[in-house]
Amino acid sequence: MNKGLKFTGVISEEELKRCPGYPSEERFKKGPVAVIECIQEIPCNPCEAACPFGAIEIGEPITNLPVLDEKKCRGCGVCISSCPGLAIFTVDMSYSKTEAVVSFPFEYLPLPKIGEKVKAVNREGRIVTVGRILKIKNSLKNDHTPIISLAIPKKWAAEVRSIVIPQNKKERK
Amino acid sequence: MELVEVAVIGAGPAGLAASIEAAKAGAEVVLIDENNRPGGQLFKQIHKFFGSKSHMAGIRGINIATKLLEDCEKFGVKTLLNTVAFGLFEENRIGLANKDKKSILRAKRIILATGASENVLNFPGWTLPGVMGAGALQTMMNVNRVLPGKRILMIGSGNVGLIVSYQALQAGAKVVAIVEAAPQIGGYGVHAAKIRRAGVPILISHTVKKVFGNDCVEGAVIVRLDKKWKPILGSEKKIKVDVVCLSVGLNPLTELAWMAGCKFVYIPALGGHIPIHNWNMESSKKDLYVAGDLTGVEEASTALEEGKLAGLAVAESLGYLKREKASKRKAEIREQLIALRAGPFGELRRKLKEPFMQGDEIRK
Repeated sequence: MNKGLKFTGVISEEELKRCPGYPSEERFKKGPVAVIECIQEIPCNPCEAACPFGAIEIGEPITNLPVLDEKKCRGCGVCISSCPGLAIFTVDMSYSKTEAVVSFPFEYLPLPKIGEKVKAVNREGRIVTVGRILKIKNSLKNDHTPIISLAIPKKWAAEVRSIVIPQNKKERK
Repeated sequence: MELVEVAVIGAGPAGLAASIEAAKAGAEVVLIDENNRPGGQLFKQIHKFFGSKSHMAGIRGINIATKLLEDCEKFGVKTLLNTVAFGLFEENRIGLANKDKKSILRAKRIILATGASENVLNFPGWTLPGVMGAGALQTMMNVNRVLPGKRILMIGSGNVGLIVSYQALQAGAKVVAIVEAAPQIGGYGVHAAKIRRAGVPILISHTVKKVFGNDCVEGAVIVRLDKKWKPILGSEKKIKVDVVCLSVGLNPLTELAWMAGCKFVYIPALGGHIPIHNWNMESSKKDLYVAGDLTGVEEASTALEEGKLAGLAVAESLGYLKREKASKRKAEIREQLIALRAGPFGELRRKLKEPFMQGDEIRK
């Protein structure tokens, strides 16, 4: 079976390695950073203007993939809700000795509560671990795309990209 | 019989943009739509649009519609709602029907922005209540706030299928699966990725074999397809669903353009028969312009730009815009259209539309 985004809807490891919006291993270790999982050349560029530090470049034509300047990026997460494809996340590997923080867009109601323990899912929607809700950003600027920050065991930081959606809460392990 | 300067038929993105451009330049514009509210599909588009930041990308369709309606108001576009344009007749006469009342409107220029309608797929059980087009599901959920079912099977993984699946999840339904007959996902990977994260399987090389139920949909049988798109015997799987949603493409709504006697060309990749037009969106018939999905099924963002072109051209032909100014604006729009049609998803459409992007001359 073919692997990769076009066939499964899940970005493959090889695709992530080639992705110019995916930070290096060294950069991950240094603290919060944006992870731009955008690998198809579609005409779209709002993330470029969203970054207050000029860390995302698309340029012309607007089908260029977003390139992350990982030195300029501070992992503030402003870009997350600007992405119409909901393909931007931030990961903070420096949060604590045992935990990392993954922040992701989440447009489902009801939103979880701060401090709540929730099932964290990977890119296939499979539950891989349990996380703790640290923060939910949902200002007017987000335009109804809340950003959830979730503390999870470090080893899952490269995989966890969301939490179980409300109607799936009671199903599956 | 009333004579107006510009009549625009269809108040979706193309018709709204055309009306605004023509009215802004000073023309008298009447915008006609059969629905009780203008906006076309835009009010159902609750997701953020792709595109260029300088052209409303990142904004939800519903908010784009609100902005366009404000502009129509601002520039004095007169809107006739609940009004069906049932025919185009000689001397630029448009037959209108509003409930039981019929009338004829004459216009110096007519812009057709009638959009497209959904394709259907036939299979045993396809007439059961609960089998519906993606547009119907979207209308029920996002306009009327009704969720027609709790377990949905989506047929087709183009952007419409992926986006409507996502919206069904947001509305609280379960999307049990998306089946796609082609050996790969049709729409944008980012749309696919966000519904995979939500736990929805996307089955490529699969289709629906039949839908069953007593008096409404109770389940469906899906089947895997081989390399030649033939069902693989024994691969059938029964799934419990109460809605089967079809998103298998669209075709241009061409009736009025046929009736007017426009010349057509058949381009399957653009949805079927489309009226030949030039860079001013002028059809083969004098005074008749076309824009949006009618001229080839694309997206709201391209429809908006084409609508602007038609509006500008009409304003120019009526003497409201100097050629120089109009040409400058049109060149900007051309750039924008080329950008929107770039990349692997737009390339084919760009090539197919290119022959229509010629001929800047205005017929007065």
